Amino acid sequence: MATAHAHDEHDHSHDHHHGPDKGIMRWIKTTNHKDLGTLYLCFSFTMFFIGGLMSLVIRAELFQPGLQFVDPEFFNSMTTLHALVMIFGGVMPGFVGLANWMVPMMIGAGDLALPRVNNWGFWILPFAFALLLSTLFMEGGAPAGGWTMYPPLVLQTGNAFPLLIFAIHLMGISSITGAINVVVTILNMRTPGMTLLKMPLFVWTWLITAYLLIATMPVLAGAVTMLLTDKYFDTSFFTASGGGDPVMFQHIFWFFGHPEVYILILPAFGIVSTIIPTFARKQLFGYDSMVYATASIGFLSFIVWAHHMFTVGMPLAGELFFMFSTMLIAVPTGVKVFNWVATMWKGSMTFETPMLFALAFVFLFTVGGFSGLMLAITPVDFQYHDTYFVVAHFHYVLVPGAVFSILAAVYYWVPKWTGVMYSEFWGKVHFWLSAIFINVTFFPQHFLGLAGMQRRVPDYNVMFSDFNMLSTVGAFVFMAAQFIFIGNMLYCMFGKRGQVPNRVWEGAQGLEWTVPSPAPYHTFEDPPFLTDSETTVHWDEADETLTGVRR
Amino acid sequence: MSSHAPTASANTRYFVPDPSAWPFLLTAGLVAIILGAWSALEDKSLGSIPVYLGIAVSAFIIFRWFRGVALESEHGKYNKQVDTTFRMGMAWFIFSEVMFFAAFFGALYYARSLSVPWIGGEGAKGVANIEWPGFEASWPTNGPAALGGAFTNMSAWGLPFVNTCLLLTSGITITLAHHALKDNKRTACIVWMWATVALGAIFLYCQVVEYIHAYKELNLTLGSGVYGSTFFMLTGFHGMHVTLGTLMLFVITCRLMKGHFKPDSHFGFEGVAWYWHFVDVVWVGLFIFVYIL
Repeated sequence: MATAHAHDEHDHSHDHHHGPDKGIMRWIKTTNHKDLGTLYLCFSFTMFFIGGLMSLVIRAELFQPGLQFVDPEFFNSMTTLHALVMIFGGVMPGFVGLANWMVPMMIGAGDLALPRVNNWGFWILPFAFALLLSTLFMEGGAPAGGWTMYPPLVLQTGNAFPLLIFAIHLMGISSITGAINVVVTILNMRTPGMTLLKMPLFVWTWLITAYLLIATMPVLAGAVTMLLTDKYFDTSFFTASGGGDPVMFQHIFWFFGHPEVYILILPAFGIVSTIIPTFARKQLFGYDSMVYATASIGFLSFIVWAHHMFTVGMPLAGELFFMFSTMLIAVPTGVKVFNWVATMWKGSMTFETPMLFALAFVFLFTVGGFSGLMLAITPVDFQYHDTYFVVAHFHYVLVPGAVFSILAAVYYWVPKWTGVMYSEFWGKVHFWLSAIFINVTFFPQHFLGLAGMQRRVPDYNVMFSDFNMLSTVGAFVFMAAQFIFIGNMLYCMFGKRGQVPNRVWEGAQGLEWTVPSPAPYHTFEDPPFLTDSETTVHWDEADETLTGVRR
Repeated sequence: MSSHAPTASANTRYFVPDPSAWPFLLTAGLVAIILGAWSALEDKSLGSIPVYLGIAVSAFIIFRWFRGVALESEHGKYNKQVDTTFRMGMAWFIFSEVMFFAAFFGALYYARSLSVPWIGGEGAKGVANIEWPGFEASWPTNGPAALGGAFTNMSAWGLPFVNTCLLLTSGITITLAHHALKDNKRTACIVWMWATVALGAIFLYCQVVEYIHAYKELNLTLGSGVYGSTFFMLTGFHGMHVTLGTLMLFVITCRLMKGHFKPDSHFGFEGVAWYWHFVDVVWVGLFIFVYIL
C-alpha cells in the first residue's frame, strides 16, 4: 500500500525474530507458512482418513451382492461425501500444505506474500467440513445426489441442502485466497536472479494450478448459487418449464470440474519432476518442455469439459469437438511421461521410499491416463459412461496419482521439516502394501465396468461378485497400510532431532536444501544468494551472470 | 523481479506480519451467518440472531483488519515488494470476480442461444419440443409453462440508461480524483471522491426503484422463468458489488480526509479505483446483453 519510507527502521525489531505464541493460540493466530503448511497437511490427512472410512463403508456394502450393511440412501450419501471430502478436504489441502511449506523455501522468500490471508484460507476449511459432515446427522440425511450435484436430483436433498451449498462457498473462498497467495508469492517474491524459467518445477506447476483455481472456483460458486436460488427463490436456471435446462448446470459445473481435475494432478507432476532427478542423480530431462507441457495442459483443461457429458444429449458437433480436444491433452501429458523416463535413463538410481512412490506414480498414473484416453472416445464412452470403468479410471489418476505424489512429497521433505529421518524400512513396507493393494482394489473395477456394473448403486448382478470381493479386500488392506505411514510421521514429528544434514538427499538440488534440518521458523529473512548449483534446472553454461551475485 | 529488487537496506528484509486472530474470528463470523441463513431457509430453529451476530462480528473484524493494514502502511512498514504484492493480489482477486460473473453471463448466453431455441423446436436438439408442443422460442421468455405469469421485460432506455450514464460518469470522476491526488491537490481529490460516492449511491437508489417497478408494475420477478432468473441474478449480484464498491469509496474518502495517502503512494486508493472500474465494465456488459439485446 505504501512504497518505501525512510523511517522504516523504527518498527523493525518488532516485525521479526518473533517466536510463535504458546499452546493452541500459536496455531489459531499463526501467520507462518511452515505452521500453516503443517496445519494444512494434518487437516488433509484427517480428511483422508474420514473419506477413507466412507470408502470402506462403500466397499463393505459392495463386498457381496444384495443389501448388507447400509440402506441405499445412506450408501449414496457415502459416495457423495467421500468424493467431496477427498477432493476438497484431502487432495487440495494436501497440495496447498506442500505449497505452503515448500514454495517460499524453493524461491528464497521469507513467507507467502499474504500471511494473514493464508491463515484465513486454512481456518475456513475445518469450519467448512464441520458444516458439510454435520449434514450426516440431519433430517433427510446428508446430500446423496453425487458430488457433481446435478439438478434436479440434488434439489431433493433435505434440510442439509443449504449447508452443502454454503460449505462449497467456503471451500471456494479458501481455495481462491490460497491460490491468489501462491500466484503472488511466485510472481513477486522470488529471490533476485531466479527467473521464471529457473524456478523449480513444483513451483511452476503450482503457478499454473493456482491460476486454474482462481479462474474456476468462482464459476463453481456461481453454479451452486444457482442451485440454491432454484430451490429456494423460484429461479429456473435448471428448469425446462421456465426456459432453463438441467444440462446447463452440467456445462457450468464441468467448466469448473475439468480444470479441477488438473488442479488435483499438476502439483503431483511437479513433485514427481522434483523427486525423480534426485534419485536418478541426473538433471531433469527437458525442463523447458515440462513447463510448456504444464501450461498447455492448463490451457486445454478449459476446452474439454463436456467430455464428462457425452451421453447427456449434446449436438454432434459438440461431441466431436470435445472428443478431439480431450485427446489433445494426451500430447503434453505424454511429453511429461517420456521426460520422466528419459530422466531415469542411464541414471544412478536408488530406490528410497519417495522414489518408489514417484516411480509407482509414473507407471500407475499412465494406466489411468490411458483409460482416460479410452473414455475420451465418444462412441465407446456410451458404453463406459457411469460404470465402474469410470470409477477405476479416476481412482487410478487420483490415488496412485495425486495421493501417491503427496505421500512421496511428504517422505521426501519430512526430514527437512522435522529434522528426523523417517524409518526407511517401514516406509518401504508402506509403499509395497500401498502399491500392491491399490491395484487389487481398482484394477478389477476396469473389468466390472466394461461388463456393465453401474456406479453409485449399492447392489449388483451376482456375476460381478468375485471382482467386487477382491476389490473390497484390497481397499481394507490399503487403508490398514496407511497406519504405517501415520506411525512413521509421528516418529518424525516427535523423534530425536539433529541427525539429518542440510542436504538430506545427496542428489537433491534447490534452495530448500541450503538451510538447516529442521528448517528454522523464519527461513529467509533476507533474499538468499542464488548460485548455479541451487537452481534445479539445467544450467546454461554461457549464462554465468547469476553465480554468486549479490544483486 | 529485478525491477523491484530492494535497494535501501531497510528494504532488503521481507515483511512478515505478527500472528493475528482476525482471520479465525472472521471465519467464525461467516459460519454464524451461514448457520443463520441455513436455519432461515430450512427449519427456522435458530431464529435470526446468528445472522445479525455473524454480520456484526464479520463487519467488525473486516474493519479492524483493513484498519490495521492502513495503519501499517501509514507507519511505513511496507516496502516496494509489499506494494507489488497488494497490486498483484487485487488484480487476481478482480479476475476471480470476473469469473464469478462469467458463470451467470454463461447461463444467460446458454439459455438464449441454446436451451430456449431447443425447447422451441429449433437447432440440433429441437426434439425437446415434443415435451412442449406449440411453444415458440423467443426472448425474453419465462418458458413454455409461462412461470410467474405474463410479464413485461425491462426497457433499456429508461432508468437503466440513466444508470449507465451515472456509472460511466463515476468512472470519470474517480479518475479525476486520482489525478488530483497525484498532483497533490487534496481538496479537489476529496471533492471528486464525494462526487463518485454520490453517483454510486444514486445508482443504487435507481436500481431499487427499478426493482420495485419490475415487481409491482411489470410482474417481472425472480420467478419469471429464465429471463427473470438471469435478469435479477446478474443485476442483483452487480448491485451487491456496487454496494460494496460504494462502501469502499466511502472509506477511502474518509481516509483521504484524515490525511492518508501520498501523491506517489496510495495503493489503497488505486485498488478501490480498479474495483470500481471493474464494476463499471460489468455494468456495460449487463446493459448490452441484458437490457438492450
